[in-house]
Amino acid sequence: MKQNKITERLLNGLIKENPTFVLMLGMCPTLAVTTSAMNGLGMGLTTMVVLALSNMFISMLRKVIPDKVRIPAFIVIIASFVTVVELLLKAYIPFLYSALGLYIPLIVVNCIILGRAEAYASKNGVVASLFDGIGMGLGFTCALTIIGAVRELIGAGELFGFGVMPESYVPCSIFVLAPGAFFVLAALTAIQNKVKIAGEKRGRDMSKIQSGCNSDCMNCQESGCSKRLIDTSAKEAVKENGDRAEKSAKKKEGKNND
Amino acid sequence: MSDLMKVSSNPHVRSKVTTSNIMLAVVIALLPAAGFGIFNFGLDALILILITVATCVLTEYVYEKAMHKKVTIGDFSCVVTGLLLALNLPSTAPWWIGVVGGIFAILVVKMLFGGLGQNFMNPALGARCFLLISYTSIMCNFDCDAYTGPTPLASLKAGESVNILDMVVGRTGGVIGETSMIAIVIGACFLILLGVIDLKIPGTYIITFVIFIFLFGGHGFDLAFVSAHLAGGGLMLGAFFMATDYVTSPVTKKGRYLYGVILGILTGIFRIFGPSAEGVSYAIILGNLLVPLIEKITMPKAFGKGGERA
Repeated sequence: MKQNKITERLLNGLIKENPTFVLMLGMCPTLAVTTSAMNGLGMGLTTMVVLALSNMFISMLRKVIPDKVRIPAFIVIIASFVTVVELLLKAYIPFLYSALGLYIPLIVVNCIILGRAEAYASKNGVVASLFDGIGMGLGFTCALTIIGAVRELIGAGELFGFGVMPESYVPCSIFVLAPGAFFVLAALTAIQNKVKIAGEKRGRDMSKIQSGCNSDCMNCQESGCSKRLIDTSAKEAVKENGDRAEKSAKKKEGKNND
Repeated sequence: MSDLMKVSSNPHVRSKVTTSNIMLAVVIALLPAAGFGIFNFGLDALILILITVATCVLTEYVYEKAMHKKVTIGDFSCVVTGLLLALNLPSTAPWWIGVVGGIFAILVVKMLFGGLGQNFMNPALGARCFLLISYTSIMCNFDCDAYTGPTPLASLKAGESVNILDMVVGRTGGVIGETSMIAIVIGACFLILLGVIDLKIPGTYIITFVIFIFLFGGHGFDLAFVSAHLAGGGLMLGAFFMATDYVTSPVTKKGRYLYGVILGILTGIFRIFGPSAEGVSYAIILGNLLVPLIEKITMPKAFGKGGERA
């Protein structure tokens, strides 16, 4: 596996297709457990482990699993890893286990995991899927930690449990309650959109920096790339030219991916 | 051609009523309540009112400048929001409560949803509930130089007797603008005479609430209990000044009656069965959320439509 592909996958999950701020997936744990930075970090890392392992295993088994029963098969794989992680947390990090509570078993139905299994791991190679899972998990972890940190800072005047605000600061406790999650998520999403749009306006496409993308979708091995769906001009050009060689090459690639 | 013949495109009927005129009328109507609050609670109340209003105006100005939008502070709607919010704060609140509340009301509840006319919730009440949840102990601290002890509604809920005359005049503890029923009703009469508000919403609201108290209050047909509930808390301020907010109340006639009934029932439920003594602000913001639905089901039929089904 090429080095740039791995960094591309990691950056894709972290920035370009950040599951929380861009794809808006996994909102239930995002809103519910981010009452503190520690909880956000714990939830993010737990999900990342499950995501990376399930992506890897689903990618390994993608040629064995029949298409019609793929969703139940994915769920079984994911649920196995969630059970493993849950038992490990219960045994070694009990405080995190009690803080996250019900949301650990609910990782099974986390739409990021099922979404990546369906959209990426079931169509791509093992290493790429593993790093896709790690990238997405890192993106989720960062998002949850940031949301948790902002909520904890404003709502309790602390950061990772340490008081960082001056003595005179009166915590605004609505931020550690449910409404605060919505305020913070909305504000952070708005800020990241603003930064991204400003970056694109200046002619620097933030999504392409160091991602290994050379805008040549026709010869690109990356079938899970979101840009590919938008950029149909390349495909049309192929049709018009009737370039058979390109077409058959693409077909082959498609077969390999299946 | 006669000079009387003027050719112009519509609208042909013009009115001198503008947003700023209406908002100015509301500000004037709130002055008796604000004045009594200052008389009652002293200089602290005046400072808090000024800080809150200034914050609201400044927030709207800064946001519109920063977002390169038309500056609309000239329509006085942010002054009304600031004044209403300040009247909903206890006089003991520190100055930054007014600042935080003002910024939340204008920035989050009003401007982020598109400014005046687009907000789905009364900004002043949204901010009051935000503050009430965030800083419960500060927002419920009614101990000041003039009065100590619980508000009349809290005593009423605890089963103690209250002095209704004091409650009507306003010589009780509470938030700055809610204590005096007389001052609020004077302002409300001014607005009704000017035609800025009508009695549909406040009327149905108060009547429904009274019926609810008679039925479920646990005191039967007890006039003293009902008048204490009417004079106490933010019912009058809410019914006349906040439930009638143009943006967040229904435009249809039937819808206004329905809205008043819903508010009356919700307030009754919150006051009688809820854990806290007061429920007007929560009742009104919940009602605000229902307004689009109310308007949908009470939309009048266009002439000639719907007859075939009868």
